[in-house]
Amino acid sequence: MTTQSYAHPEVLVSTDWVAEHLEDPQVRIVESNEDPLLYSTGHIPGAVHIDWVTDLNDQVRRDYLDRENFEKLMARHGISNETLVVFYGDKNNWWACYALWVFQLFGHEKAAIMNGGRKKWEAENRPLTRDVPKYPPATYKAPQRADYKVRAFRDQVLEHVNINGPLIDVRSPGEYRGELLHMPDYPQEGTLRGGHIPGAKSIPWSQAANEDGTFKSVEGLKELYEAQNGFNPDQSIITYCRIGERSAHTWFVLRYLLGYENVRNYDGSWTEWGNLVRVPIEK
Amino acid sequence: MAELNDYPEPLREIMGIFAEVPESERLEMLVDYSSRFREVPNHIATRPFPEEQRVQRCESEAYVFVEPTTEGQMNFYFAVENPQGVSARALGAILQESLSGADVDTIEAIPTDIVTRLFGPRISMGKGEGLLGMVALLKYFARQHKNKQA
Repeated sequence: MTTQSYAHPEVLVSTDWVAEHLEDPQVRIVESNEDPLLYSTGHIPGAVHIDWVTDLNDQVRRDYLDRENFEKLMARHGISNETLVVFYGDKNNWWACYALWVFQLFGHEKAAIMNGGRKKWEAENRPLTRDVPKYPPATYKAPQRADYKVRAFRDQVLEHVNINGPLIDVRSPGEYRGELLHMPDYPQEGTLRGGHIPGAKSIPWSQAANEDGTFKSVEGLKELYEAQNGFNPDQSIITYCRIGERSAHTWFVLRYLLGYENVRNYDGSWTEWGNLVRVPIEK
Repeated sequence: MAELNDYPEPLREIMGIFAEVPESERLEMLVDYSSRFREVPNHIATRPFPEEQRVQRCESEAYVFVEPTTEGQMNFYFAVENPQGVSARALGAILQESLSGADVDTIEAIPTDIVTRLFGPRISMGKGEGLLGMVALLKYFARQHKNKQA
């Protein structure tokens, strides 16, 4: 039984709410998935698709899209600065949270997650369509990216390690322990070294979600992050995984559901740290 | 990168079609294959599936099962536990429809660029690794079987 509310309850909307706002011109529903084919099999009527590889990444260097391309992306989907963007997707909203995080690089605060994601929408037998919507182009003015608020880079992480700053590794326990798969031809995770960043605590991202894909209650989240693992809202915390997508889910939970003010996501994550020369690693 | 000729028939024919279609059609074809996916039959495996059959790092919780024949061939099957694992189902259906029952040598020699050829070069690293893991585990079982026979 939930007795407390989330720190920022406005960042979550229910499937009922979405069903009532399918044709609301002030709202744009955005699907973002781990599986790039999923949108094509059917999606919430009126929802547009934003793919992190083709839409949110810079197509040459390892970075996110710049201001000009973000403005173009928003315009193409009919999203203005005043549009409330509601993200949803597969895997307990993992990629939906990641897309929301990228939107925060541009300060788009009118953003929310549909609690429960695709899983809950489908479980409730709500309508899906394969029709891809077209919206009139919108005008969007984005500020220069302000990464420092929500994003950590490797040098900052190294400084953070040196002062014993709190870190959360949200990968699986096997990845945290640096276990490699000893099978010929088997793709490893793209790193030369296995293990975790020194001092990081292992809290797999999916522990923040319930079986039905919704987020755990405030009590459940406090039990997980605070009672069991000793984190508190006054800390400056860095989350990471392999490329920063799973850890964006934990970033969202800490930042908005528990109201931690100083949480950054290290998107370089293990694919950067595990390849860096002479950085400290624990196993 | 492997040549198209390195692919055994009838997989080569499928790969040839994928090489020629535009992006939108490629997605439709993959979705179509995913809808044709047939899960491992009960006489081969039942839940809970053994961990050694599970594809590591596949976010769609895919499993690979093999059934060698006495004539040096191998039937194989997949299970995809994530109902939203469309890509894993598509790959499973393509492999199963084209190569199940082929010689173990043929299965072991499936080129590893199959994933980028089917899903496109812009597939994410994580997704690509998960799908390639399905192929790698299948090839591993083929190799294991061959070594046992040697």
